[in-house]
Amino acid sequence: MTNMLQVRDLHVTFVTPDRTVHAVNGVSFDLARGETLGILGESGSGKSVTLRSILRLHPEHRTRWSGSIKLEGDEVLEMGPKALSDLRGQRVSMIFQEPATAFDPVFTIGQQIAETVRRHTGKSETEAMKRAKDLLEMVRIPSPAQRLKAYPHEMSGGMRQRAMIALALSCNPTLLLADEPTTALDATVQIQVLLLVRELQREFNLGVIFVTHDIGVAVEVSDRIGVMYAGKLVEMAPVERMVDAPQHPYSRGLLASTVHDGMRGQRLESIPGAPPDLAEVPSGCSFAPRCKFVRPDCTAAIPSLRDVEAAHAVRCVLAA
Amino acid sequence: MDTLVPIEDRGGPAQPLLLATGLRKHFPVAGGLLGRTTKVVRAVDDLTLSVAKGETLGVVGESGCGKSTVARLLIRLIKPDKGTMVLDGDPVDEPHGITVNELRRQVQMVFQDSYASLNPRLTIAETLAFAPRAHGLPAAEARERVRDLLSKVGLDPANYATRYPHELSGGQRQRVNIARALALRPRLIILDEAVSALDKSVEAQVLNMLVDLKTELDLTYVFISHDLNVVQYLSDRVLVMYLGKIVELGPVEAIYGNPQHPYTRALLSARPSMDPRKRTREAPIQGDPPNPIDPPSGCRFRTRCPFAEEVCARTEPLLADTGHQAVACHMRVAGSGHSKAMAA
Ligand SMILES: Nc1ncnc2c1ncn2[C@@H]1O[C@H](COP(=O)(O)OP(=O)(O)OP(=O)(O)O)[C@@H](O)[C@H]1O
Ligand SMILES: Nc1ncnc2c1ncn2[C@@H]1O[C@H](COP(=O)(O)OP(=O)(O)O)[C@@H](O)[C@H]1O
Ligand code: SF4
Ligand code: SF4
Ligand SMILES: [Mg+2]
Ligand SMILES: [Mg+2]
Repeated sequence: MTNMLQVRDLHVTFVTPDRTVHAVNGVSFDLARGETLGILGESGSGKSVTLRSILRLHPEHRTRWSGSIKLEGDEVLEMGPKALSDLRGQRVSMIFQEPATAFDPVFTIGQQIAETVRRHTGKSETEAMKRAKDLLEMVRIPSPAQRLKAYPHEMSGGMRQRAMIALALSCNPTLLLADEPTTALDATVQIQVLLLVRELQREFNLGVIFVTHDIGVAVEVSDRIGVMYAGKLVEMAPVERMVDAPQHPYSRGLLASTVHDGMRGQRLESIPGAPPDLAEVPSGCSFAPRCKFVRPDCTAAIPSLRDVEAAHAVRCVLAA
Repeated sequence: MDTLVPIEDRGGPAQPLLLATGLRKHFPVAGGLLGRTTKVVRAVDDLTLSVAKGETLGVVGESGCGKSTVARLLIRLIKPDKGTMVLDGDPVDEPHGITVNELRRQVQMVFQDSYASLNPRLTIAETLAFAPRAHGLPAAEARERVRDLLSKVGLDPANYATRYPHELSGGQRQRVNIARALALRPRLIILDEAVSALDKSVEAQVLNMLVDLKTELDLTYVFISHDLNVVQYLSDRVLVMYLGKIVELGPVEAIYGNPQHPYTRALLSARPSMDPRKRTREAPIQGDPPNPIDPPSGCRFRTRCPFAEEVCARTEPLLADTGHQAVACHMRVAGSGHSKAMAA
């Protein structure tokens, strides 16, 4: 497999008059065509910022960044307006938790998908509408011809989420970015959408980055899982490996504290404290204040992300 | 009456702490193009439940099925259209019973949104002292109570008493909300998605704390959540709701180990797998829950139920005891007319 995406030492800092947030502090990873990478982490760990960086969606004037994001060889961080517009419109698509952000409430679903198709392919109106119908069918929306005429608010949550996926796939992207697309959905609907993403990923051989804070969701969709903490990837491993033998104390704590079947009556393992404030650039391991294995060299310098075996990397002084 | 002494048990252990019978709440909503026709959301329909002393009753169901409406009815934040409530033998809001105020002293609630539930202009100590002071506790004793409450929820009083809500993390704020719920020494606490907004590592801290407090203070919980795993972890009995109705109710082992209602089964198997070698192959049911404004006739689940038959559209299945748990499905009622039911 060849890597379609290479992210190297990505740093993203937001500077506003009243505060500075070091949201992403040196993230590196690769993604192959046809691969799904799950990014798992708690609120504020930098998952969405990392994802949005790939599309350069941050407010330009108050975002400082460094590092490199290469998509099929092209440096995203140096793209001009034309290249950026191609990137966002044709090569990479994104789906969100809230489909409301993807659709305009005053146009029908059909009009919006057809318009996107037209903009990117130059198809005629009738052809574009036909393609929109095919797309709705592809995401298994029942009676697609009728649904084309529906306004976003006339659809149920699960249906809107499917329509958003159809919109995202309308210009044949090779990379799909998913930011918690199922978090707001009901359990019985969430699983339907997860299975749909998995099927479409296979059918179109998409590269997918799937951000979630839910381990179960990450396990359902990912080939590899990266765990983020305080703006850094602290561990990256194939999904089986991450579930069976997580190495970083934070990943281990996260897995152990997630309640699942069969834990009734047991005391839950919890991680004391809360994630750090991102106002300062960390000078050592960000997890140190909460880590029960902390030792002097943890805070002396930032531990590097080291391979413990093939495809399994851990950012901890204890990892060997 | 000194309202701040812990309340004595009255009817003995076998008498339910809270018994709600036939609760109904319909919300009128504007409908039609000009908003002129009035429709009703049937948020909770003829729901009967009892909460035993010392138990944790879990309530699960998808969003909009009426969980929060049940919670708000149980502490009378909203008035039921119909139905009665009895707290340890005392009818609520009836001539020979207890007042709604007395109910709210004995039954407290914790909400999901830890921030919106706290007054941003009051320090944590002021927030926690508010209700005890209003119930006549002298200032010095109220300060003592605040210190005690903060320690109970694992927050160092010296460090946290003078902070404001925005100076706390979500997990810390939720601890304060729990402390506030404990301030009047209630017997029953209703937790409505109380840990749902917390990160997993913090959620575990709060769950451990809830388990400890329950034993220490002899509490009873109604624990409402859409997270089936957390409900399984905490509850003794579980109530499953679908579109304003109870579809199944029973001991946690029976509901999780041997679910009887097709909806309960679907809900349980919709949980993402934690094992990458055993991923979910097929969604257990299709479609979204229908709108509670016009719920389907008969069994409200029939539009998504793989076993629906004609009788399901015609007659509403009643909650019937099956030995281990109560289930509302025609397949479980002998002679109901469903082809999978036993003959009567
Ligand atoms: N435009 C922005 N300006 C300033 N700070 C920002 C901006 N966007 C994100 N941040 C901050 O960057 C940090 C990381 O945010 P991010 O949205 O990536 O978190 P996340 O891991 O996606 O969390 P969640 O699970 O809550 O979605 C947070 O502290 C957030 O407040
Ligand atoms: N004040 C209200 N006015 C109108 N509809 C309401 C009101 N409160 C709740 N509802 C509706 O009642 C139904 C049940 O809501 P709720 O009890 O909040 O569900 P849950 O807590 O299970 O998600 C939903 O359809 C909701 O929109
Ligand atoms: S580097 Fe040190 S503090 Fe950080 S996770 Fe490893 S042992 Fe803990
Ligand atoms: S009553 Fe009929 S529709 Fe309802 S759950 Fe049972 S079989 Fe399904
Ligand atoms: Mg996010
Ligand atoms: Mg609710």
